Amino acid sequence: MQVCDLLSWWSEVQMGPPDPILGVSEAYKRDTNPKKINLGVGAYRDDQGKPYVLSCVRKAEAQIAAKKLDKEYLAIGGLGDFTKACAKLALGDDNEVIKSGRNITVQTISGTGSLRIGANFLSRFHTEARDVYLPKPSWGNHTPIFRDAGMQLKAYTYYDPKTCGFDFQGALNDISKIPEKSVIMLHACAHNPTGVDPRPEQWKEIADLVKKRNLLVFFDMAYQGFASGDIDRDAWAVRYFIEQGHNIVLSQSFAKNMGLYGERVGGFTVVCKDAEEAKRVESQLKILIRPIYSNPPMNGARIAATILNTPDLYKEWLGEVHGMANRIITMRELLVANLKKEGSTRNWKHVIDQIGMFCFTGLKPEQVERLTKEFSVYMTKDGRISMAGVTSGNVGYLAQGIHAVTK
Amino acid sequence: MSIFAEVPQAPPVAVFKLTADFREDTNAQKVNLGVGAYRTDDCLPWVLPVVKKVEQMIVEDNSLNHEYLPILGLPELRSAASKVALGDDSPAIKDGRVGAVQALGGTGALRIGAEFLRRWYNGTNNTATPVYVSAPTWENHNAVFSDAGFKDIRPYHYWDGEKKGLDVTGIMDDLENAPEHSIFVLHACAHNPTGTDPTPDEWKTISEVMKRRKLFVFFDSAYQGFASGSLDKDAWAIRYFVSEGFELLCAQSFSKNFGLYNERVGNLTVVAQDKDNLARVLSQMEKIVRTTWSNPPSQGARIVAITLNNPDLFIEWKGNVKTMADRVLLMRDQLKAKLIALGTPGTWDHITQQIGMFSFTGLNPKQVQYMIKEKHVYLMASGRINMCGLTSKNIDYVAESIHETVSKEVTSHWTGSDITVGLPVERKRCVARRSWGEIFTFISFSDSLKMEKSCCFLSW
Repeated sequence: MQVCDLLSWWSEVQMGPPDPILGVSEAYKRDTNPKKINLGVGAYRDDQGKPYVLSCVRKAEAQIAAKKLDKEYLAIGGLGDFTKACAKLALGDDNEVIKSGRNITVQTISGTGSLRIGANFLSRFHTEARDVYLPKPSWGNHTPIFRDAGMQLKAYTYYDPKTCGFDFQGALNDISKIPEKSVIMLHACAHNPTGVDPRPEQWKEIADLVKKRNLLVFFDMAYQGFASGDIDRDAWAVRYFIEQGHNIVLSQSFAKNMGLYGERVGGFTVVCKDAEEAKRVESQLKILIRPIYSNPPMNGARIAATILNTPDLYKEWLGEVHGMANRIITMRELLVANLKKEGSTRNWKHVIDQIGMFCFTGLKPEQVERLTKEFSVYMTKDGRISMAGVTSGNVGYLAQGIHAVTK
Repeated sequence: MSIFAEVPQAPPVAVFKLTADFREDTNAQKVNLGVGAYRTDDCLPWVLPVVKKVEQMIVEDNSLNHEYLPILGLPELRSAASKVALGDDSPAIKDGRVGAVQALGGTGALRIGAEFLRRWYNGTNNTATPVYVSAPTWENHNAVFSDAGFKDIRPYHYWDGEKKGLDVTGIMDDLENAPEHSIFVLHACAHNPTGTDPTPDEWKTISEVMKRRKLFVFFDSAYQGFASGSLDKDAWAIRYFVSEGFELLCAQSFSKNFGLYNERVGNLTVVAQDKDNLARVLSQMEKIVRTTWSNPPSQGARIVAITLNNPDLFIEWKGNVKTMADRVLLMRDQLKAKLIALGTPGTWDHITQQIGMFSFTGLNPKQVQYMIKEKHVYLMASGRINMCGLTSKNIDYVAESIHETVSKEVTSHWTGSDITVGLPVERKRCVARRSWGEIFTFISFSDSLKMEKSCCFLSW
């Protein structure tokens, strides 16, 4: 066999840097220290540090298996039973938007796929403004997603490193300067990576200001139910904005709240002026989706739909989500208690105030590096830890390590 | 004023619209020869027995969970899928210069490949690099490359409507005249929609020219096993090109040959010159995947990986694939025989010479309209039929319908407005093809989605 004598086509292709978030897990896997802790990826773990397959998911899978369904292609926009339930979950059963048919909700490849479809849609049709304003900081993947879709990235103040909390005034100041019609990204709940969410009264002011500035709101809701343990409470901001007349676009993920990570279940919603506009928007979303993957995968959507549409399973699901959220909250409290026990005199209140899967510890990159090198605690450089990786078994060791690098 | 006030209604994707229309049709004799999905002789979808078996294994395996797959996908799927395409004893695989990206169906594999090529193929900005797709081709090829950022998508001659076969001279001309470094999308087997493949000798000539002219090979392999019933036979072209030293991409779909349509199982096989180039290519493809879907779905991947990596299940799978291929071959034989027996005008050898799921009947758009409206037999405007839609129960009716349609000489010049999408036609780059005395028009989609221009999708 001979290979072409030509130079390879790919000689000039650079090695891409490892993904900052998923790269952490890969480094963790290679570590042989028995005490190693993975606080990188936001995937829930039970108190034994094991992945958790929800009981309602197992039941739904059994029900589905018994039905012996075929494998025919889904519609481009996905499984109808899923998309309807997905919209209802976010907006509320009785939402006027759903009743009047002025939303279009398509099934997407989890949250990433949803954001990408949204970004592509805005890039193609929201031609008055090219800029997307992300909170500072935001999920690392937001930037390349919007960039690859052809949008430009800007930021508004969000996190206050001095308080490890929300810089409300800073956010309002920045938002008041955003040019009209720009897109503003808001994390619906359990902000990633900081875990810092606005309070309801703060959301109200933000909604007001955003309306004054005539901005297009893009909500990213990846943790509904996971933040407070309550589905409706976590969707409050989304619903409030809609009530106030914002025709938002919304990304939803079921990776975390249903533990369906690898099944890639998500939704993308555009709230339109009316049903007629929703039809036009739907037709264009299909045109966008078809040349990416033609139509979405069935398995996860079928599981999610079964859960959402079967009262017993739905109830069980709410309980399990509540359970996961509670364990996280408990770990936060335990971590702070253990840090105090270690003798740390730093203010760790933010660990408890923050919400959702992630905690922005306030650790600096050098401290993170030490924590990883000396203690085999894996986390992202920005000081973010996934609370889901904390267990009653490892929280003591973790507190030791954090105290060691911060004292 | 809504920000979406100006969003125009997009035309429906033709192949799905066809099925939607079929569903609404209340005629008892209706037949759907549209969408490319396998059907049994009872006209039902078929979940492969081996798939049922493996799914049961997965359900019973409590050690499995729903965790994220790696960005590039399930390793066991990627390697096994590439082996299926390139052969167990592929020297390229032994050399460690073959890699893969698990993708969402064949579409997803094409898209990741296209995005990669646009960024990295020949320098770092390939928006102007010509991409050649066959005339005709699967309608989504255009949009995949166009949405990936390629601005110059061109047809290469392929189907000769008069001789109802391959336009070999046309292909060779286009290969000789294409700018160096142009990208060519080649159908590995069972060409969609014509069912007409180059012979091994013709492939050899194509390869020789492509090598000499430095053209890039991008295989679309959606029907391996499905075409002839033999995995190896259907992969001959891919393997030949690899043995000739090409660096290439091959988009594989497991939708048809595994019947896993809705689980979106695909694989982009990358053949590079050496390990080092391969590693850098995969690292960049990872970046592209991360902003598209982060990581691929696991269910379908598991089913395929378990099957391909288990010797007994693999044999069982090959048997299932042959079952499907054989039924298609039977329908081809019977359709041709019946048309000849009816004395239908024209020649019908192409029905059995063509291969795979589809047949390019040669019916023109007006005849197709007649078939749909008067006979309730649904097929694509191009005259493409899905052989799987034929059964022992409907084949007589279909043959008679074709006979009636052709005998009536339902024809006249096709005009753009006959295409029932409701929007004026924009022609960016057209190739006229003669078929049954009519003119087909191949329309490029490069600028077709800007709001101020409207366009028509002539779907294949």
